[in-house]
Amino acid sequence: MSDITKQSLTELVENIKNKKLSSTDVTKAFIERSEKSKELNAYITEDFTSALDKAKKFDQKPNLDLKLPGIPIAVKDLFCTKDVKTTAGSKILNNFVPTYESTVTENIWKDGAILLGKLNCDEFAMGSSNETSFFGNVQNPIDKNLVPGGSSGGSASAVAGQLTPVTIGTDTGGSIRQPASFTGTVGLKPTYGSCSRYGIVAFASSLDQAGPMAQNVKDCALLQEVISTYDSKDSTSIDFKRNQYSKELTNNIKGKKIGIPNEYRVDGMPKEIEDLWQKGIQYVKDCGAETIDISLPHTSYALPTYYIVAPAEASSNLARYDGVKYGFRAKGENLIDMYEKTRSEGFGAEVQRRIMIGTYVLSSGYYDAYYLKAQKVRNLIKNDFDEAYKKVDAILTPSTPSSAFKIGEKTNDPVSMYLNDIFTVPVNLAGLPGISIPAGHDSKGYPLGLQIIGKAFDEQNILNIAFAMEEKINFKNKITDWWIK
Amino acid sequence: MDKVSKKNLEYLINRKDNQYEVVIGLEVHAQVLSDSKLFSTSATKFGAEPNTQVSLVDAAFPGMLPVINEFCVKQAIKTGIGLNAKINKRSVFDRKNYFYADLPQGYQISQFKDPIVGEGKIILDMPDGQKEVGIERLHLEQDAGKSIHDLDPQNTFVDLNRSGVALMEIVSKPDLRSPDEVSAYIKKLRSIMRYLGTCDGNMQEGSLRADVNVSVRAKGSKEFGTRCEIKNVNSIKFMQMAIEYEANRQVDLIEEGKSIDQETRLFDTKKNETRSMRSKEDAHDYRYFPDPDLLPLEVSDEFINELKNNIPELPDDKKKRFIDEFKLSPYEATILVSDIDTAKYFEEVVAKMGKNKDMKLAVNWITGELFAVLNDKNLEISQSPVSAKNLAILVNLIKNGTISGKIAKTVFELMLDGDKDPQKIVEEKGLKQQSDPKAIEALIDKIINDNREKAIEYKQGKEKLFGFFVGQAMKASGGKANPQLINEILKKKLQ
Repeated sequence: MSDITKQSLTELVENIKNKKLSSTDVTKAFIERSEKSKELNAYITEDFTSALDKAKKFDQKPNLDLKLPGIPIAVKDLFCTKDVKTTAGSKILNNFVPTYESTVTENIWKDGAILLGKLNCDEFAMGSSNETSFFGNVQNPIDKNLVPGGSSGGSASAVAGQLTPVTIGTDTGGSIRQPASFTGTVGLKPTYGSCSRYGIVAFASSLDQAGPMAQNVKDCALLQEVISTYDSKDSTSIDFKRNQYSKELTNNIKGKKIGIPNEYRVDGMPKEIEDLWQKGIQYVKDCGAETIDISLPHTSYALPTYYIVAPAEASSNLARYDGVKYGFRAKGENLIDMYEKTRSEGFGAEVQRRIMIGTYVLSSGYYDAYYLKAQKVRNLIKNDFDEAYKKVDAILTPSTPSSAFKIGEKTNDPVSMYLNDIFTVPVNLAGLPGISIPAGHDSKGYPLGLQIIGKAFDEQNILNIAFAMEEKINFKNKITDWWIK
Repeated sequence: MDKVSKKNLEYLINRKDNQYEVVIGLEVHAQVLSDSKLFSTSATKFGAEPNTQVSLVDAAFPGMLPVINEFCVKQAIKTGIGLNAKINKRSVFDRKNYFYADLPQGYQISQFKDPIVGEGKIILDMPDGQKEVGIERLHLEQDAGKSIHDLDPQNTFVDLNRSGVALMEIVSKPDLRSPDEVSAYIKKLRSIMRYLGTCDGNMQEGSLRADVNVSVRAKGSKEFGTRCEIKNVNSIKFMQMAIEYEANRQVDLIEEGKSIDQETRLFDTKKNETRSMRSKEDAHDYRYFPDPDLLPLEVSDEFINELKNNIPELPDDKKKRFIDEFKLSPYEATILVSDIDTAKYFEEVVAKMGKNKDMKLAVNWITGELFAVLNDKNLEISQSPVSAKNLAILVNLIKNGTISGKIAKTVFELMLDGDKDPQKIVEEKGLKQQSDPKAIEALIDKIINDNREKAIEYKQGKEKLFGFFVGQAMKASGGKANPQLINEILKKKLQ
């Protein structure tokens, strides 16, 4: 089968279960395509030899009851993987090999998946274009020199370019949904507390959440079903009843009430985004759902709030990278000098910027004005959603205010870069689930995404809405394999 | 309550025309007695090989998360109950951010705004009466690792065994007024925690250390002076020395018309002086904020009540009971309850003495002979060479007249070797008291007969010769004759 890599996760699982394909066949196919796709720079670390060994081992004694039987999967390089280098896209962890496994990746290996390698991302997940990675830019399979979005840029590129059937990313302010939108793929940010944060290199603890990225909604549901478990090793993990998301998936969304938030019509938003949104509204109506205009009055404060809370937590979370225990260490005259040189050389510009912002907003004399106020606004934003959910079951918005941009286009303008996350950030601040699905193309032929935001723990509902819309939209990603010579 | 008699025991610093009062507040760091750390499952044993009790969480590896140890929470609440303090049903863990090589996370998880325990109090037994000292708060926090600077001329070594160990920071109000009160406060606090089993109070092993805040003010003044904080003092003696030095230093500055800078100081135990460590301007900005890896800590009334119902009898109550039930003096009771093991020992002796017991005698033997031996051999009462059971038997032997107090001392000496049963010693060595009046009478008759002249002198009024006759009678009986009987019979015969 030459078109193995074009198959969805669901198809691959079925073919392996029916013994039409072996894990070795599938793993080989994705390795071969990955080998031919170096120009995308999606991988930081390839683990192909080991992957093939594991596939052969699986085939010798295949356990076909597993949910991901012998399926090779590459994951974002923010998940600690036992004995496989984990860098978080940073020089400071360039030589770091964990002796432990993150809970989320452990979950997929336990269900039969095989690690293909570690995917590129913005340094410590701080970025919206994958341009802050120490390991270089990632190309978007959609077009040459186009960013894949970020921070899960390598993950989005690898799924869109069919280097891996599905992947796991992390989303702190949009890092799954925005790159999914930029690459014509599906990305789910689960409810905060749904997926364990144990073993994930932390960026902003109160916002970070792992989630699935896939070619379609069903694959996304299946992967979510595997990775979402209660974990006593993460004090913020929540013990709620998790659905069998892929089995319970339905396109019947008749009578669902979908909110359309007025405040998401932001100044300067391209007309084609507005048009896409209108199309989306029509799609959900076609599916038998009802749309209701709602207000989320504090939306415009979400981005500034996010850029106080996230850097504050990051400035503290990243203090452990000090050259003392592991990772990169620069030579210094004394302890302080060593700290300064290690962190100046080990962290890139964007990470340093956020550490400085975070340190500033937590400083005595500024704490009340910035951090404390931001926490209060965060509560108001949460309340907005709570109010809205008294009237609606889910909310429909664009995923991003624009399609993918060119590499280098926004690197010197951090604020315009941050504006990319304007529709995704409120969801993280409120701890809610959100999914981005491809819904159309812009005039350049670049994909555009729509976001469905759900109530807390209501992943099944937004997956169902996304599943129903997916059928109507019938989106086809335009992948020309331009990078394969 | 003890009688409060205001004797002239005020601790004042005198200069030419002025008298100064010293104001002291303590921040005690007490290591929680727990087999595992505050946020990880690593062991906490003292004296283990460096870096052998360190988990990935303690060493702050990427992606590692803290999980609260419920046992440590219980220990903190129990301590709060023991301090008659308000238990806060909701408390918050904050991050205290600073860089140091032995602080792997780059922050210490502590409680800043919302501690687990609020205001409470401790009663001190001072020579001039009782004194109440306010507790401001108690909060839970992680200990840091240990930097070792003297193993290598070029490098500092770091031992993370202590990293993440649970500490209770217990902050007093500025209610202490003298080095003696500080000593009494630390001892009482340690005693309460040892009763509760929440801290072993071992200062040599660093389980109990204190930051000492000292200021001075003119006697009678209501305003507090500028305070200095003396960091990390690890013995009561050093605390007292540091306070004495620091208070005098501050008084001298005032007398010279200079001002006191609010600063953090270190106590140099070799030179017996405090030295400036950093001024207020150089103080760290710790950038406290709630730890997003941990949810606020919420405990229910049932949880607190369950702990309350299982609080053992604490020193103050035990003392009251000893006075009421055993008719001890407040002084005796204070000594016996000050350490839980002493109290346990005493109560065991009381239990083993049975019905016809002599409480005073038991107290005297414990605080006299036994304490002297323990002191001499540098032993804790828990390591006593004489068990409570055997001491009880010994006291009973005295009480029922089997042996005299004097013989008892000989028996006690023999008991020290292998905790021997005093009953057996008395039998084996034939030390049983001679209490047959006829035999004693015969013995006395012989002595008077042998010392006729002295007997006459006595009768003529040289009364101190009575002692001579007692001595002779004792000697003749090999020390075994009942001294009371000797007295009675001698008096009769010499009339």
